[in-house]
Amino acid sequence: MKRLVGIFVRGLVAENPLLMLMIGLCSALAVTTSVENAIGMGLAMTFVIVFAELVISLFRKLIPNSVRIPTFIIVIAAFTTIIDLSMKAYFPELSKSLGVFIPLIVVNCIIMGRVEAFASKEKPLDAVVDALGMGLGYTWVLVGIAAFRELLGNGTLLSAQIMPEAYQPILFFTLPPGGFLVFALFISFNIWLKRVLDRSDRAPVKEAA
Amino acid sequence: MNLAKIFISAFLIDNIVLMRFIALCPFIGMSVDVPKSFGMGLAVTFVMVMATIVTWPLYHFVLVPLNIGFLQILVFILVIATLVQLVEFFLKKQVPSLYGSMGIYLPLITTNCAILAVTFDNITRGFNLVESVVYAVGVAAGFLLSMVLLAGIRERVRTSPIPEFLKGTPMLFAATSLLAVAFMGFAGLVK
Repeated sequence: MKRLVGIFVRGLVAENPLLMLMIGLCSALAVTTSVENAIGMGLAMTFVIVFAELVISLFRKLIPNSVRIPTFIIVIAAFTTIIDLSMKAYFPELSKSLGVFIPLIVVNCIIMGRVEAFASKEKPLDAVVDALGMGLGYTWVLVGIAAFRELLGNGTLLSAQIMPEAYQPILFFTLPPGGFLVFALFISFNIWLKRVLDRSDRAPVKEAA
Repeated sequence: MNLAKIFISAFLIDNIVLMRFIALCPFIGMSVDVPKSFGMGLAVTFVMVMATIVTWPLYHFVLVPLNIGFLQILVFILVIATLVQLVEFFLKKQVPSLYGSMGIYLPLITTNCAILAVTFDNITRGFNLVESVVYAVGVAAGFLLSMVLLAGIRERVRTSPIPEFLKGTPMLFAATSLLAVAFMGFAGLVK
């Protein structure tokens, strides 16, 4: 049980796909103009990665090594198609505002990376937990960036007015350049956080020596 | 819609990297110096046009008549992956000089989201084949331009004093942000 918690937590912070591994960036910046979009995208992505890792892990002994990459692509593409069509049917508004980024989940390097590095070697339960960790790790960063951008750029959160009436929205943050800048600050913050954590890890060792 | 308009808006106004955030991985990863980013840009242009020429007829003459449009994602990604392999074999055998300059970038392009995004755009925007090819060239040119610009900036950044908290990757995104501000100036170019 403890091992599973370890696998799960790893995706949230230490190996966070966006901030640490710097992969799957495209969708992360494009859809974070509002919190609603970020949640939608995060959940769609989590759905695909969980099912892709589950299926690959179940069949890991049957997939010949030489054709594993095409096999992974087909599995990922199948689940992407399912989520794309389901969202078109049940959440047409959300689907429209996420646009091409839902089908683009298929080439999201996070999924390919985890399937190749983890699901193709580990047991199904571990793979699902890993996928949940990665998917939610992706989602929380997305929601974080989106909250920052929506609040400053529009004065709202989940379309509810948060800032006082007098607040003049800084349009810059909802426009593409704002996305890049906010992301730069997020990485910078994460590097600082990691440095602080590393230092506190190392401190007792120094005392012992 | 006239072709010049499609080209200009794909090239500058809706620049795929700076305005639409697509293909950020190679943009950040490969823009180490100008020649490298130029090679990558050319390889992307080549594959993007090829992919458009193959996927557009495939969608309109095979998937639509058979009523299996929902397989679009699956079919397109496989076609692009196969196409890149074929192009690689062909160049290795027939045009070794060209292979030498852009061969190493080809495998990376399979998972380049820009290629797939363009092939989807062509369908959703209802372009005909000629418009699609012009659009693909425009998008690819925009990718090339922004890659080369960032590579130039990176060469300068290396020797410049930058604030401590921006050192490394954050600086790249901050520079990209400024570049995107500049590109927003093109917004009113086409009415």
